[in-house]
Amino acid sequence: MSFLEFCDVHVEYASNHGMLPAVRGVSLAVEPGETLGIAGESGCGKSTLAATVLRLLPESAAVRGKVLIDGSDVLTMGWGQLRAVRWSQAAIVFQGAMHALNPVQRVRDQLAEPIRLHRTVPSSEVGERVRNLLEQVGLAKSVTKAYPNELSGGQRQRVMIAMALACEPDLIIADEPTTALDVMVQAQVLRVLTGLVHDLNMGMILISHDLGVLATTCDRIAVMYAGRIVETGVARELFDAPEHPYTRALAAAFPRIGDPLARYAPQGLPGDPPSLGDIPTGCAFHPRCAIAIASCSESAPRVVELGHHRTVVCNLVGP
Amino acid sequence: MILSARDVAVTFGRQTRAVDGVNLDLVKGEIVALVGESGCGKTTLARSLLGLVRPSRGVISFEGSPLEYSTRRLKAYRSQVQLILQDPLGALNPRHTVYDAVAEGVRIHGIPGDEKQLVSAALARVGLRPPEQFFLRYPHELSGGQRQRVVIAGALILQPRVLIADEPVSSLDASVRGEILSLLLRLREELQLTVLVVTHDLGLAWNVADRVAVMYLGRIVECGPASEVLTNPQHPYTKALMSVVPDVSQKDAIVLQGEAPDASRIPAGCRFHPRCPVAIDQCRTTMIPILVGSEGHEVACLLKGKS
Repeated sequence: MSFLEFCDVHVEYASNHGMLPAVRGVSLAVEPGETLGIAGESGCGKSTLAATVLRLLPESAAVRGKVLIDGSDVLTMGWGQLRAVRWSQAAIVFQGAMHALNPVQRVRDQLAEPIRLHRTVPSSEVGERVRNLLEQVGLAKSVTKAYPNELSGGQRQRVMIAMALACEPDLIIADEPTTALDVMVQAQVLRVLTGLVHDLNMGMILISHDLGVLATTCDRIAVMYAGRIVETGVARELFDAPEHPYTRALAAAFPRIGDPLARYAPQGLPGDPPSLGDIPTGCAFHPRCAIAIASCSESAPRVVELGHHRTVVCNLVGP
Repeated sequence: MILSARDVAVTFGRQTRAVDGVNLDLVKGEIVALVGESGCGKTTLARSLLGLVRPSRGVISFEGSPLEYSTRRLKAYRSQVQLILQDPLGALNPRHTVYDAVAEGVRIHGIPGDEKQLVSAALARVGLRPPEQFFLRYPHELSGGQRQRVVIAGALILQPRVLIADEPVSSLDASVRGEILSLLLRLREELQLTVLVVTHDLGLAWNVADRVAVMYLGRIVECGPASEVLTNPQHPYTKALMSVVPDVSQKDAIVLQGEAPDASRIPAGCRFHPRCPVAIDQCRTTMIPILVGSEGHEVACLLKGKS
């Protein structure tokens, strides 16, 4: 059985213009110890999807479908059971560690809070546990006494990861954990994350718009567009040979250094993702698609299994 | 040569040497990428090139004449050398329409001509067409890419010779990024603009830059043609930076420990030696001369050519 399973998940946000669909039928599974990358532009629904795992969406959001953790559905769970799931089965590392940490609390107190609440260790050992956590993410002990503003961006992001680890979850969801960071610090943080996933045999969902980051850290990648998955596959294979026209555009946006075709030829993708209130008919991607034909605006795209775990949702790909 | 820095240093307070001796020439019509980690001094160097901070040592020259720091001279200079900020949402006043945002420079600098025509032309130039449709829109009604274009239009309307772009695409989605970079290339082609792009994104440099200058702790440690520096980096720092760019041709990543060190405590000898994976004893003590910062491929490393 998969550790985490999304079964036909739909999320709609209530607004003045009616219900806006942010996630439109996603089915995905994460096995224990597996790292799944979710790629896509802002507004494609990737963070919304991740937030369903811990039921962190605002009340204006209506969620349908099933989100199974170890077989039990998070969406219908009672409060007490959900509380046990949060932190100890699945934990989130939010984007923008700058804003996610409490600015007036020392690092050690913020780290200790979930440990105390979930009583994972006797209270006499909390301090010890905090120090171990910091060590796991490669931070010096001196950081325990610091306030968030005294830390650099990379250090704060490590504190966020340490917090997520506090109750030894089986799954970590990291939402753009390195977006605002420098390449070198990004490499450090990604290394910490992948090392932990490997050492502790955790599952991880990594969300990013940078396919390159996902390809180097994940086992599998799912690409989202307008609330749906348009392509899934083994990370490196998908990055090396993307099939869906949208994935191709995303992959081309971050050039490979040394690739003569990318020299003086930055690749963009014209237009913007559709607004949630106005999702195009047929294939949602057709207005921006480089290879769309007339029928793409009418008929819904079919799911094509290309073998070796690759699926593409497009009428123009495959046999 | 249109813009050049000669032996420029910028010191904050008594000890912080944000820029610590830099030579850099920008030739007319070229795109140069200035790359490095946060805190390496690249933004401070850019600000000194814009006349926004006065170097504590060295000279900035524009078209051969040293920059003068009187208010009047600086104002004239700034219409020639324009800054494009990162974070277009922060750079635009949320209560100004697109028209006002773009026309602001015309009003401040008293540019002659029909304001409406100038604004139209600038918006069309950056691909916001038809321009009239954008006049009365507010920043929040635009997409990230459109906002960045508005910021660029506001700079272009003064008909500058040089653009200095600080992380022009770092907050943009992958798909928009390519469009903005293509725009920079097109502007260089059409207007013979010279562009300095300040960034930590090496892929961007590969996409658009003719030359790359790599900065570390206040100095340029390697510079030269982008095609050489990025495919055959010589400085251990450039090698490390290149090795952590996420792409799947996984060379062995050299992940340096710690973050860029403190500009108030610059190590003696080679400033990179405490983090350098190949440093030898002499690196702690031997001073390394400042690079010329012109067209050739130069490396500020004792061990160059020896490894």
